[in-house]
Amino acid sequence: MTFESAVFYFFSAILLGSAAMVVTIRNSVKSALFLVLAFVSAACLWMLLRAEFLAIVLVLVYVGAVMVLFLFVVMMIDVNMAVLRQGFGEYLPIGGLVAVLMVVEIALAVSPRQLGPTRIAASLVHAPPLHMSNTRALGVLLYTTYVYPFEIAAVILLVAIIAAIALTMRRRPDTKYQDPARQVEVRARDRVRLVKMPTEPKA
Amino acid sequence: MLHIRPVVPEIIVFAMACVILLADLFWKRRFKGLMYGLTQATLIAASVTAYGLRDPRARVVLHGMVVQDRLSTILQIAIFALTAIVLAYSRTYIVERGVFRSEFFVLALTGVVGMCVMVSAAHFLSLYLGLELLSLSLYALIALQRDSIPATEAAMKYFVLGALSSGLLLYGLSMLYGATGSLEITRVATALAALPRHDLVATLGLVFVLSGLAFKLGVVPFHMWVPDVYEGAPTAVTLYVGAAPKIAAFALFLRLLVEGLHGLSGAWQEMLVLLAFLSMAVGNIVAIAQTNLKRMLAYSAIAHMGFVLLGLLSARVSGYADALFYALVYAFMTLGAFGIIILLSRKGFEAERLEDLRGLYQRSPWYAWMMLLFMFSMAGVPPTIGFYAKFAVIEAAVSAGFYGLAVAAVLFSVIGAFYYLRIVKLMFFDAPVDAGPLRQGRDLRWLLSLNGIAMLLTTPWAGTLIAICRSAVRGLP
Repeated sequence: MTFESAVFYFFSAILLGSAAMVVTIRNSVKSALFLVLAFVSAACLWMLLRAEFLAIVLVLVYVGAVMVLFLFVVMMIDVNMAVLRQGFGEYLPIGGLVAVLMVVEIALAVSPRQLGPTRIAASLVHAPPLHMSNTRALGVLLYTTYVYPFEIAAVILLVAIIAAIALTMRRRPDTKYQDPARQVEVRARDRVRLVKMPTEPKA
Repeated sequence: MLHIRPVVPEIIVFAMACVILLADLFWKRRFKGLMYGLTQATLIAASVTAYGLRDPRARVVLHGMVVQDRLSTILQIAIFALTAIVLAYSRTYIVERGVFRSEFFVLALTGVVGMCVMVSAAHFLSLYLGLELLSLSLYALIALQRDSIPATEAAMKYFVLGALSSGLLLYGLSMLYGATGSLEITRVATALAALPRHDLVATLGLVFVLSGLAFKLGVVPFHMWVPDVYEGAPTAVTLYVGAAPKIAAFALFLRLLVEGLHGLSGAWQEMLVLLAFLSMAVGNIVAIAQTNLKRMLAYSAIAHMGFVLLGLLSARVSGYADALFYALVYAFMTLGAFGIIILLSRKGFEAERLEDLRGLYQRSPWYAWMMLLFMFSMAGVPPTIGFYAKFAVIEAAVSAGFYGLAVAAVLFSVIGAFYYLRIVKLMFFDAPVDAGPLRQGRDLRWLLSLNGIAMLLTTPWAGTLIAICRSAVRGLP
């Protein structure tokens, strides 16, 4: 066993273990933290494949942003796991049967005999080695060959923003908010009134 | 070299969606119908552009991401036309229900962009992204009336099941990538031809891809979302979901199964036989038990999609043309049927039970006749266009040697005729429960009448229409 494969098995074991914990553990905050661990070990596996940029982005985006938001949501809403788990056992036999069947079928299809390293190597088109970094090569590809899907992905993000705002924003007439334009336009005489008062006679 | 000519219609529609979003910010109060007018103008401009850019030769552009052929042009124009009619039908409906907001039109237009990307995809990536763009717009459109609990529930169900099916589709595509080493549809097709006949990896990929596609088209056993979404969504959105996206999902079958996986046609024919049979059986039989009109039409949609698959599974060019013809005819029939529901609804009242159709003949003989035409066309009664569509797909199945399935299709369409004719009976021979006059905009009345008459008057030209469909699919293997 080479050093590389030892590292691979180490991180794979962590990845599988933490992924199993994500779905089995009762506490949802801990489950989210195990998901973070799973992401980090997946990033390490990508690093082994020399996809440094993807590994870093996975950590930055998923661990840094998505999971933090996720933790916020988990802490803010009160999820009652006991209610969610109700009826779980009821569907277990049929669900388990389907799952076992699927796993067996997939295992047969992606077994080394069917989809071994030689076949993958044969079917891949080998691009000539580029004398540039991983990140740069990705950037070049993204804005040349894949510019059309890239732009559609941008449209999808815009639609997600529009949908999120349209579904959550409510205009509440009783909400108090500041209107900077009106604040700037205000004149002293609208706000302060000087009233002439007769002085009190001395007693 | 970057050729963006073929994607100009998509660019127009998306740019106008952005314009509408901004125009809403500044001119919402000044011009009431501006957003609606702009949306319709966009759809008309886009279809004129798509027609102007038509090219009889297939051209693959943008680094193998987009294909422009007769199929994509015809489907894009159909999508623009269907969406324009949907919006015209639903104008009064959405004004009365407080959804006449720019978001409605923007999401409708981005959905159209997604459908256009799907029908002209030449690469797994653009195909999948187009599908997601459409799905995301649909989820949001369904939930847009957010104080309505059924609508939110429908959106949630659709979202969860849609995400699952996207996962299935993606997993299948990744298997195909593993088997062929490419994501480009034409290259996948050539690589598959070189593989042994029953390659396990490619076949497993096919199973997952087909499950994902079957979900998007809404055929049994991946149909669970259809009745709930049709019933829960506001009728205007049901109209949108039920018409153009079916065409786009059908295009996915043509692009993926026929163009890309033709090498596995023996395998997918068997699977489609099962899907088609189950859809026709479940759709037609369960529809009989429905009392909700929208739910009944949802099961009828499932059955009709089974008929569409009947044409596809012949794995011949003439069969694809018949299936395309059926899908297009179905889209216009379903527009009409939901148009009648919108016509009968008014503020605070949804005409979605079968009872609400009772005695329509006494309230408005003209629209009762129109609904009769839609129902006859859906049931496949001659001389409506629906009869020719059914005839064509059943003939395709017979000519490909699927005699048993063809007999089953005839039997199930006879069973289906029961619930279509029940509506005719309710309209013509029962006394009305609700005798109020029908108050709807003139555009809805005119277009609906035109739609109804078209069910009858296009019949003499059915041959010409099928010939157009045939020319669209000529390039397919």
